[in-house]
Amino acid sequence: MPEYLPLLLISLGITGVLGLAAATLLHVLANRFSVETDPRIGQVLEVLPGINCGNCGQPGCSSFAETLVKSASSGSLGSLYCPPGGESVMAQVSSLLGLAVTKREPLVAQLRCGGTLKTAPERVHYEGPKRCALAHNLSAGGSLCPFGCLRLGDCVVSCDYGALIIDPDTGLPTVIPDKCIACGACVRACPRNLFHLVPRGRKERRVHVACQNHETAAVALKLCKSACIACGKCAAVCPVNAITVENNLATIDPLKCIACGKCVPVCPTSAIQSTFPVPRSSEKEA
Amino acid sequence: MNTLTFPRGGIHPPEYKLSEHAPIENFPLPEIAVIPLSQHVGAPAQCLVKKGDKVKVGTLLGEANGFVSSRIHSSVSGTVLKIEDVPMANAYKVSAVFVKVEGDVWEEGILPGNQLMAIGNITSEQIIQKVKDAGIVGMGGATFPAHIKLQLPPGKKPDTLIIDGAECEPFLTADHRLMLEKPDEILRGVQLMMRALGVQRAIIAIEENKQDAIDILTARSENLRREIAVVSLRTKYPQGGEKQLIKAVLNREVPSGKLPIDVGCIVNNIGTAFAIYEAALLNKPLFERIVTVTGPRVPRPGNYRVRVGTPVSQLLMAAGVELDKVRKLVAGGPMMGKAGSTLDFPVTKGTSGLLVFYDADCQPRRVSPCIRCARCVQACPMGLEPYLLEKLGEKNRLEEAERRGIMDCMECGSCSYICPADRPILDYIRTAKARILKIRREKKPT
Repeated sequence: MPEYLPLLLISLGITGVLGLAAATLLHVLANRFSVETDPRIGQVLEVLPGINCGNCGQPGCSSFAETLVKSASSGSLGSLYCPPGGESVMAQVSSLLGLAVTKREPLVAQLRCGGTLKTAPERVHYEGPKRCALAHNLSAGGSLCPFGCLRLGDCVVSCDYGALIIDPDTGLPTVIPDKCIACGACVRACPRNLFHLVPRGRKERRVHVACQNHETAAVALKLCKSACIACGKCAAVCPVNAITVENNLATIDPLKCIACGKCVPVCPTSAIQSTFPVPRSSEKEA
Repeated sequence: MNTLTFPRGGIHPPEYKLSEHAPIENFPLPEIAVIPLSQHVGAPAQCLVKKGDKVKVGTLLGEANGFVSSRIHSSVSGTVLKIEDVPMANAYKVSAVFVKVEGDVWEEGILPGNQLMAIGNITSEQIIQKVKDAGIVGMGGATFPAHIKLQLPPGKKPDTLIIDGAECEPFLTADHRLMLEKPDEILRGVQLMMRALGVQRAIIAIEENKQDAIDILTARSENLRREIAVVSLRTKYPQGGEKQLIKAVLNREVPSGKLPIDVGCIVNNIGTAFAIYEAALLNKPLFERIVTVTGPRVPRPGNYRVRVGTPVSQLLMAAGVELDKVRKLVAGGPMMGKAGSTLDFPVTKGTSGLLVFYDADCQPRRVSPCIRCARCVQACPMGLEPYLLEKLGEKNRLEEAERRGIMDCMECGSCSYICPADRPILDYIRTAKARILKIRREKKPT
């Protein structure tokens, strides 16, 4: 029998007894002071996207799960909605909690500026820090259009989902619709409010006026060849009166628009853009 | 004479006072004057003229629109061509009156400035009214309407008027030349301001790199010794900052969020004193100002008396600048001025200088990470932590930035100047300030 065996047994005994005592104490205390949590909170949290975007109005997914369960116990989910999760996530939430959820049209971010490097070339060389917010504060930007995209990519930085990239040919940020969860970060990041969250539309068919310039035609065209000149041709061809021309700018109401694409070819400056190909039947005019 | 200075922060940029020996020249009239209706802090003036109207020099073009606003007068005589939006230095547009210049006919009642006028028994109210009528704004560059500063808020009584002759920005020499060439007029202007405010003491503070100006103003104010003192300030930037000046001259500290009037003083610029003299005693509205045109490679740096509305490209050409070589044009001084987006904006009441840089003068900034060396903290004359405010501004954490005193920042740019990592500290602070002000305006019940 080795010399150290009794010492080993004693120390093992002491730790064992201490451990047992501590475990018992913890067990008793845990039972005594346990907080009742609804098991559904955990289940709901499982199905939420878990990206903590804050777009539901709550700081993060776990507090949104709590809010959902809480309002479920009061009988209705109201207008609670997880925009990035969309219909599929809300359907799962609905089956978990056994209550109906509101339906919302899925949204996507849209840039309302068409001032590319070609149509609105850099007239002024901006040497400051490459952030739109700073450039906007200092001047009207490289193209000198006080309404248009500064092309410095604050929106790209703000997007956590890689749904925005700067197109090297146009210089403009481009939305990748499959990746966009309509969290609205780019809407907040753009100092010129060029991003809008719009309904994705049937089969991702969307039409929009890619311009926010309120100047008169002559002034706007001087700075950007693809500016809206408020000629009103689009409003004239629109079968559902979705287009209004106000303050030198045409705007398409996405809720009325049926995405027929008739306005796209008639625009003399190609300021109206569509997500689907539209044959330019009136090519002879151009 | 011992020199005064503010104790905290500050920097010593090279002075580059290239144009300090160039006497003020009258700049020829432009062919078409473009007179913006917003040349001041506050609401743009309400346009009073229409296309085809005949105007004279000094004719009222725009009436002040609201409490914080200022009148705009014609700087030339001729016919109104059109009223249209024009891009200013930053390429954002403001409404402006285009006047085709025909001759140089002045409104009746404006006296020529070739002889020194006596103050006489003009009253405080009359002075303030004349300053208001003449559309005078702070000529140091802030362009805050001057009559508002002269109207004391109820219950407040200043004891000292401080006249800022520091001209601490490098390159600029407009105030310096004015002090050398019009010392008596400036002193009259100071006396008029004292009368308007009802103060017994005025202190003209001048940086010691302008010893000739200190000497001449001291000599001319010999018989006014009891009321006007001339003091010399250490050459240090931003010595002319309102709060720094008060600390240096009177050793009083303006608390955060308060105005100089709260510690019993009013600060005005040399150029404003001169403009007030002209307005009160010559009935001359503010339609011209001294502009320094300078730059390290400008062949003939100079100081010009320019009518408001003159295109800056003409001024640059007069100084020998080759327009196609200009890489950067800064309106104002190098520290607080802003780079222009075009070469064709008009001179306004606030254009104190035009700084021209060619390619060889411009080194792009190589921004590297902040290592918390705290040079900006040492340099900040307001005792702020610029590196932190920059980060908070970048991350849009405006509430915390506000708690850290971002609104006390006067945008002097000492932090950006001193930063060894060349970080755009001031740009972020300025943007954050603009956002905070916007939120405050939106919160305010209308």
